[in-house]
Amino acid sequence: MKSILIKGGHLIDPPSRTDRPRDLLIHDNKIVELGDPGKLNATAKKEGAEVIDATGLIVAPGLVDIHVHLREPGQGYKETIESGTKAGAMGGFTALCCMPNTSPVVDSPEITRWVLSPERNAVIRVFPVAAATRGSMGEAITEYGSLKAAGAVGVSDDGKPVLQDAVMHQALIAAARAGLPMIQHAENTKITVGASMNAGARAFRLGLRGMSVEAESGIVERDIRLVRELTTSGKGPRPHLHVQHVSTAKAIEAIRHAKRAGLHVTCEVAPHHFILTDEAVEGYNTHAKMNPPLRSEADRAAMVTALLDGTADCIATDHAPHAVHEKEQEFEKAPNGITGLETALSLSIKMLHHQHRMPLLRLIHLMSTAPAHIMGLRGRGTLAPEAFADVVLFDPKSTWTFNARNSPSKSRNTPFDGHTLPGVVKMTISEGRIVYKA
Amino acid sequence: MSPATKSASKSAPKSVPKKAAAQSPQPKATTPPADGIHPGSLLSITQLSLEEVSNILALAERLAGEPLSKHATLLENRKLALLFYESSTRTRTSFELAAKSLGAMTTLVSDKSSSIEKGESLKDTGLTLRALGAECIILRHNASGSPYLLAKHTGLPVLNAGDGMHEHPSQALLDLRTILSRLGKKQAVTETTLDGITVCITGDILHSRVARSNALLLPRLGAKVILCGPQQLLPPEAVDLSPGITLERDFDKALQQSQVAMMLRIQKERLAGMQIDLADYQKQYQLNEDRYFKHAPNAVVMHPGPMIRGLEITADIADGPSSAIEEQVRNGLAIRMALLARALNGGAA
Repeated sequence: MKSILIKGGHLIDPPSRTDRPRDLLIHDNKIVELGDPGKLNATAKKEGAEVIDATGLIVAPGLVDIHVHLREPGQGYKETIESGTKAGAMGGFTALCCMPNTSPVVDSPEITRWVLSPERNAVIRVFPVAAATRGSMGEAITEYGSLKAAGAVGVSDDGKPVLQDAVMHQALIAAARAGLPMIQHAENTKITVGASMNAGARAFRLGLRGMSVEAESGIVERDIRLVRELTTSGKGPRPHLHVQHVSTAKAIEAIRHAKRAGLHVTCEVAPHHFILTDEAVEGYNTHAKMNPPLRSEADRAAMVTALLDGTADCIATDHAPHAVHEKEQEFEKAPNGITGLETALSLSIKMLHHQHRMPLLRLIHLMSTAPAHIMGLRGRGTLAPEAFADVVLFDPKSTWTFNARNSPSKSRNTPFDGHTLPGVVKMTISEGRIVYKA
Repeated sequence: MSPATKSASKSAPKSVPKKAAAQSPQPKATTPPADGIHPGSLLSITQLSLEEVSNILALAERLAGEPLSKHATLLENRKLALLFYESSTRTRTSFELAAKSLGAMTTLVSDKSSSIEKGESLKDTGLTLRALGAECIILRHNASGSPYLLAKHTGLPVLNAGDGMHEHPSQALLDLRTILSRLGKKQAVTETTLDGITVCITGDILHSRVARSNALLLPRLGAKVILCGPQQLLPPEAVDLSPGITLERDFDKALQQSQVAMMLRIQKERLAGMQIDLADYQKQYQLNEDRYFKHAPNAVVMHPGPMIRGLEITADIADGPSSAIEEQVRNGLAIRMALLARALNGGAA
């Protein structure tokens, strides 16, 4: 049994709306107590607690990323659960939900348990999202109940959308019964064949086939229609649709309407979609290639608005590591995706807190409390007594320069390499263990 | 440009005289080549200022006009590699003959008879050619943007000889040389050189790198460019390529306004499942005698080749007195000599 006292910091805890100087006492893997500065000194001394001086730092619940690719099983050359969780710890994350598009696909309780095995050496908590259909082939749904029992926190065919109406309908019902969110990568792949960037004038000039806005919004609208039908029928539990990495104003608008109508629809936005536009593709930069693609300035601005007005429930990175040789290819050949765990907090601070004056309390809500809630991660995303001692300490005022080579991630496919960014993570504590220290 | 991808320019052979590189002013361009890209490269027509275009045209004019012996040793002992991932007759042969006319050694690597077939990457192929002494690579590739990749990783001057659906900058320059000479204009250009001139580019605009390069260049000289074709082959966003471009679905109307009619082939190899009604296309967009004499009896007729006679153009027009098609091919040789000389002279033409 071990205690830690974090003192002198400015504590932010969105659920209790705490946003002031408070000390924090951790015992073993749980939060014990929050107290006014100095008030916990005596208790801490009695317990022989390790004292961490957080003067000038924000003390917040550890960040939660509900959309990452840890590449295991099968693609350990891109990332392992160990290297990916270390990159997460460096970025201030204490919980990651990993996608099932591995080799083999995480579509059985056995593979789910393999991901969760201590032998994977995860340094922070990993919560697998299991495949929604067998082999993520979009045909036969998997056994959601037993996947949940094995540790899955949601179901998704990420990267491959569930296209067939009937299968999606069935998946929504089965997920609701199992008490899991049905998580959709919204892309009508029938109309994005060969496409490698956002459709429009730039794609035309660059001679690249484009993904239209409608390829995303069409699936979001279809899914919302299915959720509405199931919700209003009154039969069975309410389905929960979670839309991954929304990138277009049109899809966000559909989600805004669904929320107003009281449907249980949530969504996430990735930092690159609120920071960059398809201009970053110029020169055929494969580190600006991802799916969904970087969009227009109007779409980018709509992502910021959605995060400010609450339409977007949370920030998720879609951390997608790829080996150097895979990205050093012709643009159309290079795989989709960029890494994101190391820079998400800094990019969010830069764009949302600095440029758009979003309070840090709200930012931490979007990066910790809300995503934990969406995935049903109990005792995460909060510093309330009895919650897991998942804590991040960061300096919001100073800056750092990101050097992708120094990341514990196995990959460095990021457009932000070399960027100087605000917000320095000083320490990450996962269930009472210090897993990262700057 | 991602700083993660390091430029290879440091390790590039120092064959290019530093002095020449220093003399060449940085191109004032809409999209200048990124860091680490050799200034002798020509990746996109947009990287050239009009002054540079004029310099290239002037050099081409001189090289085409003087006896072969005057420049037969200009690139003596220099090594050039032609790297072709797509079949080509005109572009490949003219680059090769251009290089040989200047005394350079050339080697041809094609995707079908090389280690590319075994899965060797473009980067490694480029590095191999560089290690063998190639000082410039002329690349034709089916993937848009591949010359950027090659230029970045080899640090060598790379000449884009057509990349996917992106650009074919040397074609735009030889087309410009052809237009200027047919219209009786000087081979030196300014923003007003083509004032009052309308060029219609007709056919499969969507898949055409020739259309893109021409549509990005000609309006900068004052020309009006009409892009003409059916919806499927000419999406509305094409109008945003450059100011001075308009779209026209009616070929007759486009012809009526044009002094130059540039025809394009339907690129069957790039249709990707698209269904085109060829009979209907022929009816609406074929340049034939009836249409030509009715709507644009004096227009200069151009085609980048290869032509599909009887589809987008008829034999009587292609072989007729208004056709500049063979002149385009001849001009290709001159332009490519100039581009090779420029590439091996640190970007100065």
